[in-house]
Amino acid sequence: MKGNEALAEAAIRAGADAYFGYPITPQSEVIEYLMRENPADRTGMQVLQAESEIAAINMVYGAAGCGKRVMTSSSSPGISLKMEGVSYIAGAELPCLLVNVVRGGPGLGTIQPSQSDYFQAVKGGGHGDYKMIVLAPATVQESVDYVKLGFELAFKYRNPVMILSDGIIGQMMEKVELFEQQPRSKEEPEWATVGKKEGKDSVIVTSLQLQSEEQEKVNLRLQAKYREVEKNEVMYETYNCEDAEYLFAAFGSCARITRKAMEMARKKGIKVGLIRPQTLYPFPADAISELSERMKGILTVEMNAGQMVEDVRLAVNGKTPVEHFGRFGGVIPSPEEILEALEQKIIGG
Amino acid sequence: MSENTIKTPENLVYEKTSVMTDRVLHYCPGCGHGTAHRMLAEAIDELGIQGDTIGVAPVGCSVLAYYYFDVDMQEAAHGRAPAVATGIKRVLPEKYVFTYQGDGDLAAIGTAETIHACNRGENILVVFINNGIYGMTGGQMAPTTLEGMKSSTSPRGRDVKTMGNPLKITELVAQLPGTYFVTRQSVHTPANVRKTKKALKKALEYQKLNKGTCFVEVVANCPSGWKMTPVQSNKWMEENMFPYYPLGDIKVPEK
Repeated sequence: MKGNEALAEAAIRAGADAYFGYPITPQSEVIEYLMRENPADRTGMQVLQAESEIAAINMVYGAAGCGKRVMTSSSSPGISLKMEGVSYIAGAELPCLLVNVVRGGPGLGTIQPSQSDYFQAVKGGGHGDYKMIVLAPATVQESVDYVKLGFELAFKYRNPVMILSDGIIGQMMEKVELFEQQPRSKEEPEWATVGKKEGKDSVIVTSLQLQSEEQEKVNLRLQAKYREVEKNEVMYETYNCEDAEYLFAAFGSCARITRKAMEMARKKGIKVGLIRPQTLYPFPADAISELSERMKGILTVEMNAGQMVEDVRLAVNGKTPVEHFGRFGGVIPSPEEILEALEQKIIGG
Repeated sequence: MSENTIKTPENLVYEKTSVMTDRVLHYCPGCGHGTAHRMLAEAIDELGIQGDTIGVAPVGCSVLAYYYFDVDMQEAAHGRAPAVATGIKRVLPEKYVFTYQGDGDLAAIGTAETIHACNRGENILVVFINNGIYGMTGGQMAPTTLEGMKSSTSPRGRDVKTMGNPLKITELVAQLPGTYFVTRQSVHTPANVRKTKKALKKALEYQKLNKGTCFVEVVANCPSGWKMTPVQSNKWMEENMFPYYPLGDIKVPEK
């Protein structure tokens, strides 16, 4: 299945209650698939094309505030527009799932794949001290699985979860195993606005506290939640790290290309491994720190000008040299040039 | 006479609706918000839908509306209340959903959300308080500020050549096939208060019919923002606001 369509089907199967979106290349197939499939008939899931990404994310806010499983998707320029709503969703502690099928920026940029929204995704993206949980699929299969996982994490922590995909994964066709249809939840969480219950206080969904001490309390609660997320939810994969002298760090589609570069290097006798963070927030800092102790150098490979490399450097904390290799603006790096960068920047450097 | 004597059942002729909480309103003396809140709350009360109503508060003076309405409520980002209400109504279509918004929220930053919610005919009630000024932020020019009217960002009066014209958004949404009932009311005299309540009650009743958006504008005074006493502001409103924003029904359901 095509990445975007598989993702849309996964949303129906994950028991989503609603999807609100706005078309943008390269992710329009998500809403097109949903409209074609008409999940209202299958599960009762509501799908609506909003007048803008801003409206879409605020529809997500409203439906999420009712305790529903809600999803939206977009691509980079549209995600920027959504960030207002994401900050409110994080502040009001509502669960939701966002998908960013990243394209090259800045500005209108290009419609080709990129990873240049890493900072925006992992550092919060909107205003205020908040974090999204960020999942980075490298395959169509993973984007499908992360829809289910994403909803679970969103409700576990009452926090927005983002799947940070890119134009490669969104547009390519791969074999995929879809999970079984999950029922839509009938639960009414106590924090949800579903109508005031007699004898109970009314429920208020808000991110506003006019007293600074109260707002600090909200922030402290959020920070405590993020520490829990960091403790429990880190996911990553390592390849050939047992005997490795050098390490690649790459995520998403770029990790697949880097893996190819790793195989080519191994054939040449270069002992190089790869770590692929599957969660970008929480970041596998401990794993990278530990690995760095026995590495002669680390090369991050990203389709951006050097974003994840900053988190890798923080994790490594000077224990070994860390360099970055990237192509950007929608250009996809080749395994050959990644290997060359390893040889020049790390081994020869 | 002690308070308890006054409150004996035989002396009571009027009670505060239980759909309003006991919190003290933060609104300025003489402001129309308190009355508009109460009329909406009484309409909800009389229809017996307190447990089935979900409100959306805006950003502006009524940002804390959820302190006063004793119904489940969500606080929206500036201008986004109709989108938030759309999200709520789409997943809980059997509930009564309303937004309560000021002119800056609804007719400037939220114009797109307002027009498109109305154009889709979302089955929600939009309550629009129009006092022609940004009250919360300290009296800046609003989309509905009248020509020549002074504000902190139009200190020499609104010059329509450079600052644009006061926006009659209520007439605008009435043009859209998605709206079912559109009316403009006020709360500055007892007679008008009663009319406003009637309009709000009707609008909520219509929501059951699934016929489209109901839009109730309340032209209101802003004594603080207009720098007038409450009495002066009501007089000024009658003389200046009503000629440009005439009261009455703009779109009524076809019989």
